[in-house]
Amino acid sequence: MLKNLSWRILTTIVVLVIFATVGVYPIAANYYKLPLPGWLAEKQLKLGLDLKGGVHLVLRVVTDTALKAETEAQAERLREGLGTAGVTNTGVTAVSSVQFRVDGVPAAQEAALRQASADAEASFDRGSATNGSYTFTMKPNLQKSLRDESVVQARQTIERRVNDLGVAEPSIAQQGNGEQILVQLPGVTDVERAKSIISSTGLLKLTLVEQGPFSSREQALQTMNNVVPPDQELLPGRQEGAAATVYYTVKKAAAVTGRDLRNAQASIDEYNRPAVHFTLKQDAALRFGNFTQSNLGRPMAIVLDDRVMSVATIQGRITDSGQITGLSPAERDNTVITLKSGALPASMEYIQEQTIGPSLGADAIRAGVMASIVGLLLVVAFMLFYYKLSGVNAVVALIFNLVILLGLMAYIGAVMTLPGIAGFVLTMGIGVDSNVLIFERIKEELENGRPVRVSLNAGFGRVFLTLLDTHISAAIAALFLLQFGTGPIRGFAYTLLIGLGSNLFTSTFVSRTLFEMVLGRRQQAATLSI
Amino acid sequence: MHIFHNTQFDFLRWRWHAIVLSWVVIIAGLLVGFTRGVPLGLEFAGGTAIIAQFEQTASVESVRQALDRNYPSGGENVVVQSYGDPSQRQVMIRVPQVGGEGGTSLSATRAAVERALQSGNLGKFTVVGSEIVSPTVGRDLSQKGLSAFVLSLLGILAYIAFRFEFSFAVGAVIATIHDILVTFAFLAFFQYDLTLNVIAALLTVTGYSTNDTIVIFDRVRENLRSMRSKSLNEVINLSLNQTLGRTVITAGTALLSAIALYLFGGEVLRGFAFTMIIGIITGTYSSVFVAAAIVTFWNRKSTRRLAAVKEPQGDAAAGQRGRKPKRAKAS
Repeated sequence: MLKNLSWRILTTIVVLVIFATVGVYPIAANYYKLPLPGWLAEKQLKLGLDLKGGVHLVLRVVTDTALKAETEAQAERLREGLGTAGVTNTGVTAVSSVQFRVDGVPAAQEAALRQASADAEASFDRGSATNGSYTFTMKPNLQKSLRDESVVQARQTIERRVNDLGVAEPSIAQQGNGEQILVQLPGVTDVERAKSIISSTGLLKLTLVEQGPFSSREQALQTMNNVVPPDQELLPGRQEGAAATVYYTVKKAAAVTGRDLRNAQASIDEYNRPAVHFTLKQDAALRFGNFTQSNLGRPMAIVLDDRVMSVATIQGRITDSGQITGLSPAERDNTVITLKSGALPASMEYIQEQTIGPSLGADAIRAGVMASIVGLLLVVAFMLFYYKLSGVNAVVALIFNLVILLGLMAYIGAVMTLPGIAGFVLTMGIGVDSNVLIFERIKEELENGRPVRVSLNAGFGRVFLTLLDTHISAAIAALFLLQFGTGPIRGFAYTLLIGLGSNLFTSTFVSRTLFEMVLGRRQQAATLSI
Repeated sequence: MHIFHNTQFDFLRWRWHAIVLSWVVIIAGLLVGFTRGVPLGLEFAGGTAIIAQFEQTASVESVRQALDRNYPSGGENVVVQSYGDPSQRQVMIRVPQVGGEGGTSLSATRAAVERALQSGNLGKFTVVGSEIVSPTVGRDLSQKGLSAFVLSLLGILAYIAFRFEFSFAVGAVIATIHDILVTFAFLAFFQYDLTLNVIAALLTVTGYSTNDTIVIFDRVRENLRSMRSKSLNEVINLSLNQTLGRTVITAGTALLSAIALYLFGGEVLRGFAFTMIIGIITGTYSSVFVAAAIVTFWNRKSTRRLAAVKEPQGDAAAGQRGRKPKRAKAS
């Protein structure tokens, strides 16, 4: 019995110490300027944007534009194909973002059309002929994958740009039906600047390197006697395998820009080294072929948003497709992403924007802390008044509950928001219900003339299943809240869920341990202050 | 100490009164909702809200006048109210949807309001917060909010049906729907904006209300097992009386925390706290007067054994007895 009790006390203390360290100490340390070790600072409770201040943006990716581009490209290829095969037609036109139509094909040439459109039919379904017109509709699975891809690419583009903004702990996530991108920039107040950087078009250029790399802008300027030739520009960039920023001078007039790019994908070159394979649109291919032919052996830079991403030597004539080599596997993957997301696959529009000034956030924290303190005092006063010494038990359990709640939230990296604080306050008021339920049951048993220990066992024993039922049904509601909610509401749902879990532990295990500690010494306790 | 000691209230006798009262409140609330409309929060309605902090105190009236004079379409439909602690000299200006808030024109309204304020001679001010929502957001949210409600109610229905008995599940879910409707009615009476926070509070009320009901049902189940000679109505009344102390105390502590939130939680949480206060009161009321009444109605004609007497786990003796058909004499 006593051994069992010591084990319970030990567990309680260990749990309390762990969660107090993670959840409560960092808060106190920030407030009283105490030392905070790095590993702990990393784990501390994160504040939501509504408490910290910052910019909250929601963008919608207009995925239809990505589908339209693909449909138009396919229509273009079929038009050429029909020309080569000599199939008579009056035109190949895109009629919607996922459909294009071939008009005026004589019935006699249907077989020839079929043959010519075999390539297109890999990704488009051909409808039956009506008056010599054939409608091609993009296959549903391709539509879906193109939509998904365009959102992912847009998100990656935004991520890169946000990183350039130099914001600490930005958060970029897909949300809603998957076409929305949520961007949270803590501490940023200049919303217009952030918006213009995020939604500006990513500019990709393939151009010749004149000089470089230089280790600094000054060194580069020195080499050129402080004058950058008018047809060149000095750009920051990076060097293969090195982290530091270096500088290049490149030709201003680009051979190819992002608009000329049709696709880019990861591949390997003839020596099995990682490479990026890219394809150009038709008109650009011709231009690029001549350009590379006349610049064999010279270094070419891939410039994205005025930053040199990589430099490679032109090793042969490149027409409609080419390779970028000399990359590590990781660099290769990055370059593919850069190339693809640099050429934005779809247009974007803002649908929501929220700015929270630091003063508003501070006000919200102050109000939340005030409400928490008042709520705690009210509940504590009531419990002590009504349950006397057992009320102390409930209050200790309640405080344990709150400590565990804060600690767990910090540990799993849940974000504390203003509604989250509301959940914290409600957890106090609703959480003591478990204690009330148990205490009322113990009282009833005592009144039925049962001895203290029997009543205690009955109270905790019988009520446990009830508590399980009430907690699970409350958790069901909270889980759907989590599904439904955006940032602040998710914070609330997390608080509720974690509060429910820790409440079950403290109201049964901790509270019971406390009772046992008090009764432990006297096996035949006659009274209980309840 | 006891608030209630050995009470013998006949709660079920009042069930008809309770049902009439509930319907009156709900119908009145719906009428108000339809005639005056339920004010939608920014997230649902779309539009622009700006919180401006003035260096010198600017009255709501003077801000309104500045907008009337200088805002492009005149200040019509623009809501101006003081925000937060008066010492902060903050004013919130809310402009409803004026067309295509979206894409590049998203922040055009905010810029227009700022210009109107600047030319209004109100002294220096800074925009400390702003929110702009395009109409598509609201549609998405209402859809998701509604499905969250329906799914969580179904989830609770399934869970209680699994743990108790189907009629209990029906009682709990109807009581919960009742609570949401009543809370909604009060939101309409007091014209609180329907915001995301209020929806979150409504979902929390769902959980709280069920929670309260389950405790009572749990006692009914226990008593049904031990009191075989009593009718279902007697058992329910007795259970309601036995748990009355707990019901009232729990509602009390929950209310204390919700009131603390209402008074001290600040501007943003006021609607949330109000919803919780009403929800806690109606949730407690419905557990006592609605949920149990539904169970009696449901079982009125049934002569079969009330399956609520599910076998308690690990209690083989009771399980043996429980398997014999027991007639729950319902009124």
